[in-house]
Amino acid sequence: MTPARSSLYGLMAEFEHPSDLVEAARAASSQGYRCLDAYSPFPIEELHEALGSPHTRLPLVVLLGGLVGCLGGYFLQYWVSVIAYPINVGGKPLHSWPAFIPVTFECTILGAALAAVLGMLALNGLPQPYHPVFNVPRFALASRDRFFLVIEAVDPRFDLEQTTGFLQSLHPREVMTVDD
Amino acid sequence: MNEGLEPVADSNGGAMEVATRDVIAPGHTFSTVTDKISSIVLARRTPPGWWFGFAAAFLLTNLLMLAVAYLVLKGTGIWGVNVPVGWGFAIVNFVWWIGIGHAGTLISAILLLLKQSWRTSINRFAEAMTLFAVACAGLFPILHTGRPWLAIYWLFPYPNTMGIWPQFRSPLIWDVFAVSTYATVSLLFWFVGLIPDLATLRDRSQSRVGRVVYGMLAMGWRGSSMHWHRYETAYLLLAGIATPLVVSVHTVVSFDFAIAILPGWHTTIFPPYFVAGAIYSGFAMVLTLAIPIRAIYGLEDFITSRHLQNMAKVMLVTGLVVAYGYLTEAFIAWYSADPFESYVPFNRGTGFYASQYWSLIACNIVVPQLLWFKKVRTSTRALFTIAIIVNIGMWLERYIIVVTSLHRDFLPSSWGNYAGTFWDWSTFVGTLGLFLALLFLFVRFLPMISIAEMRAMLPEAKVEGRE
Repeated sequence: MTPARSSLYGLMAEFEHPSDLVEAARAASSQGYRCLDAYSPFPIEELHEALGSPHTRLPLVVLLGGLVGCLGGYFLQYWVSVIAYPINVGGKPLHSWPAFIPVTFECTILGAALAAVLGMLALNGLPQPYHPVFNVPRFALASRDRFFLVIEAVDPRFDLEQTTGFLQSLHPREVMTVDD
Repeated sequence: MNEGLEPVADSNGGAMEVATRDVIAPGHTFSTVTDKISSIVLARRTPPGWWFGFAAAFLLTNLLMLAVAYLVLKGTGIWGVNVPVGWGFAIVNFVWWIGIGHAGTLISAILLLLKQSWRTSINRFAEAMTLFAVACAGLFPILHTGRPWLAIYWLFPYPNTMGIWPQFRSPLIWDVFAVSTYATVSLLFWFVGLIPDLATLRDRSQSRVGRVVYGMLAMGWRGSSMHWHRYETAYLLLAGIATPLVVSVHTVVSFDFAIAILPGWHTTIFPPYFVAGAIYSGFAMVLTLAIPIRAIYGLEDFITSRHLQNMAKVMLVTGLVVAYGYLTEAFIAWYSADPFESYVPFNRGTGFYASQYWSLIACNIVVPQLLWFKKVRTSTRALFTIAIIVNIGMWLERYIIVVTSLHRDFLPSSWGNYAGTFWDWSTFVGTLGLFLALLFLFVRFLPMISIAEMRAMLPEAKVEGRE
């Protein structure tokens, strides 16, 4: 029962097939591990479920971005055409709302798209210049053809020997320690 | 890191008979897909063909620089535009380039929502094409203002010292918003798609510069499951947002014409007919670029005959929609019983620009009917030729729309003819050079096929339930 070293980020198991990783993630989850993450070279829907991760709030962020763009775009045009620079064009009313719809639409799209991308990056904590998993040389294959499961040392159930044993029982290619 | 870098089965020879249905040639694994696509970028030696092509494109880009410099020096008088044809090459080229861009968004967004998985190997490339086409398009209206550095106050709403604001009732301002939003969203979509591949390049690059540059661009992407979840949500939402956007952009471009009262322009068919024409010309451009690139880089495994055939079919359909547009346009002009309106098709067919008009009909309607034949759709040479012809036809279409309506308006006293000058042609050919130069840089420094999406397409990516 050695206490987790402070310089230890966690334990990493490498798998060769996506199915093995999903199975391992399910097993780790059912063993009660909560501070764990899985890394893959492409999105695996089952993996997200297996880890029991929450659903993202990104759609709400995008909706808000779209609304801000929509209202901002419309009121910009209203303010410009009615308040700041009222010009009579062919006797049309100053607040000629049908003519304002195309720009309102484009601003809605712009707001939503910016919210989608910036929101995704912000929620993911990117850009992130440093992360302990990159200390493992073999982790470079996570962007090619290998699949990794990491159980973090901060997990209450984490115990270096026990957790190593547990990961070994999942038949990974290798179990590695991740330095912080 | 190079373990398992076995050579991929080469299928350069008779690419067409390899597979007519496959989206990826059989036998590929996660590692072969990754290595094959990333090696084009990471190879130290640049192929001589690249240098040759890039040099030619760069030379033309310099012609553009020269044309722009002379324009700034002398003003728009160096172009052929004058009363009554005030919208010449600049607007023709603008509409042509914007239209070409539309195929990229259609492939990456609409086909994604329709779950057309074959799009995966061409979407990155088509998105880059969109981005560069929009960049070329954007140049024209800006240059057309004559003094671009002064144009900004009536194009964009910002508090300026004159207290002047843009006129939001004008379709030209709608266009500014539509095109700038389109450029921004296309860039975001493209960049988001690139992030996982940039991480791959960061991890596989042998040079320090490569690791640092790709590393910064990848922003620390590590492929975490929760990150992928948010990433996929963002990507899908972006696709959903880009779909109405792409339709709106050419609609707004067509408003530039349709809101005016000029005969031949003031018609409600313009928005759908412009959007169909945009997709038509865009797919023609994707084929024009994809056919040589897949041959040069040996990418027949990923851009298969099925892709080319599907694109040919999309071209055939949109070409027929465009043909229907021409027909309706002429019919309504006659049916309106308005002498000015009914003069437009008559003038197009028999007037000063008749040769351009009939060439456009031949290029856009007659020749593409060959695509009904499977033999034509499976022949890269025939497809390439037809694609080039359609590109020319779509340029002529915009030329006819812009010029014929302006050169014969309501008052015979203000009639006049128009032709592009040397500087008009230089600017146009120059943007072709800029477009190609940017594409050459793109294929050299970024993966032209989405590696992450290709991995997910492989049969081994399927998770088998073992419980």
